[in-house]
Amino acid sequence: MNLLEKLDAAAAARKAQLPEGVGAFGIPIEESYSATEARIGERRVLMLGTNNYLGLSFALECREAAHQAIDQEGTGTTGSRMANGNYYGHRALEREFAEFYNCRECIVFTTGYQANLGTISGLAGAGDVVLIDGDAHASIYDGCILSGADIIRFRHNDPADLEKRLRRLGERSRNTLIVVEGIYSMLGDQAPLAEIVEIKNAYQSTLLLDEAHSLGVLGKTGQGLVEQTGLNNEVDFITGTFSKSLCGIGGFCVSNHSQLNQLRYISHPYIFTASPSPATIASTRAALKLLREGSSLRERLWQNAHHLYSSLKTIGYQLGPQPGPIVAILLDNPRQALALWNGLMEHDIYVNLVLPPAAPEGKSLVRCSINAAHTTEQIDRVCDVFARLYSSIAE
Amino acid sequence: MSEVTQEQITELLCQRLVYFTEIEMEVSPETNLITHLAIDSVKLLNLVMEIEDEFDISVPLNTLVDVLTVQDLANLIHKIKLSSQ
Ligand SMILES: Cc1ncc(COP(=O)(O)O)c(C=O)c1O
Repeated sequence: MNLLEKLDAAAAARKAQLPEGVGAFGIPIEESYSATEARIGERRVLMLGTNNYLGLSFALECREAAHQAIDQEGTGTTGSRMANGNYYGHRALEREFAEFYNCRECIVFTTGYQANLGTISGLAGAGDVVLIDGDAHASIYDGCILSGADIIRFRHNDPADLEKRLRRLGERSRNTLIVVEGIYSMLGDQAPLAEIVEIKNAYQSTLLLDEAHSLGVLGKTGQGLVEQTGLNNEVDFITGTFSKSLCGIGGFCVSNHSQLNQLRYISHPYIFTASPSPATIASTRAALKLLREGSSLRERLWQNAHHLYSSLKTIGYQLGPQPGPIVAILLDNPRQALALWNGLMEHDIYVNLVLPPAAPEGKSLVRCSINAAHTTEQIDRVCDVFARLYSSIAE
Repeated sequence: MSEVTQEQITELLCQRLVYFTEIEMEVSPETNLITHLAIDSVKLLNLVMEIEDEFDISVPLNTLVDVLTVQDLANLIHKIKLSSQ
């Protein structure tokens, strides 16, 4: 098989697995009306499948900041911060993130994906070990591969399993980077951080926490799981993204280790790519301010999350282990998941369809994500539709 | 600890792999994990975790790049087991 034939074979296998399911992926959205509604085809659809947790995608402060940045600084930076200029806004955003987390250092990356790629590959190298959760996001896997370190997985959210694997490493545990996530993107559950910290200290390893889905969502000021658990001084490196609760694009790493700064000189995903556009930086700075002051948004978000989670549970759906803004409905096979997804679409509700191997444990998922801008009426309507669809799924 | 032979490892893998694939077939040392058994990447990674626990070893995922058949996997495990003793 040549290169193109291999792609043809993969496409045929994909279509054979789920002939009618092709439309679920990469769905065309024609127009966004608000943080909760958009047009798909000719229909006005309720969006329950974004990562817009605080509902800030149309926040006036962020739009104004972005407009102003375009007018004053232009549309792009045209290059890398190391080679083509290190602009004021990027430096200011780094200072603001460092101050937010009360950390010495911060590096801003062009995407959240690159934040993980650049941080992991900058910290670990050949001969070192990266020990990652079994449900780790692809950006974490890819960062590990780029690092050249030995990659070992532990069972999802299982501290005893983590410890067993560290013990096997012997002396090498000191050269080990453990990577976990604040909220896991598929099942929506949180890492048992206190136990993980205890183990990492006992084995003198280094801990990286990805707060991609927990930034703005957990903790009093929205720092994430680290704030909710009060473990700011115990986690060595925190990464996150601007693309979800901050409604921009980009990523960051913060740390109290001054060595983080050295990554600017060695980390290819930081150096060999253009820095974020001025508009992105400006809207992210404005959004970070709203996020920090957004305790009422977080309250609203959690009310909504509990509302959906408990209603779906009462109906009888099998859900992820813990309530939160990501509510995952677990189904035994892709057909059931697709039927539920289609049923929701027919009622003008958009959610995410996740099939194996992307879904954990061979399950298929219908993944809903809630935000602070959803109204109680909208969620009631969603629960109503879910209740009506239940019998067709249970068959 | 008594030494595990390569044959024992191969045999154990053949037994285990039957549970990891949806296809009904005999598993032999020559069986290709991906093209014959249609094991997806996540299942393979989960199998590696089980192997690690069974033999009390670390099998880094990056060492799997050259593994195509059951035999290749058995060779890798045997090599790691020997060097860990
Ligand atoms: C856990 C996790 N980390 C990192 C990323 C990458 O972030 P981004 O999409 O902003 O590049 C994502 C989202 O895609 C994610 O879910």
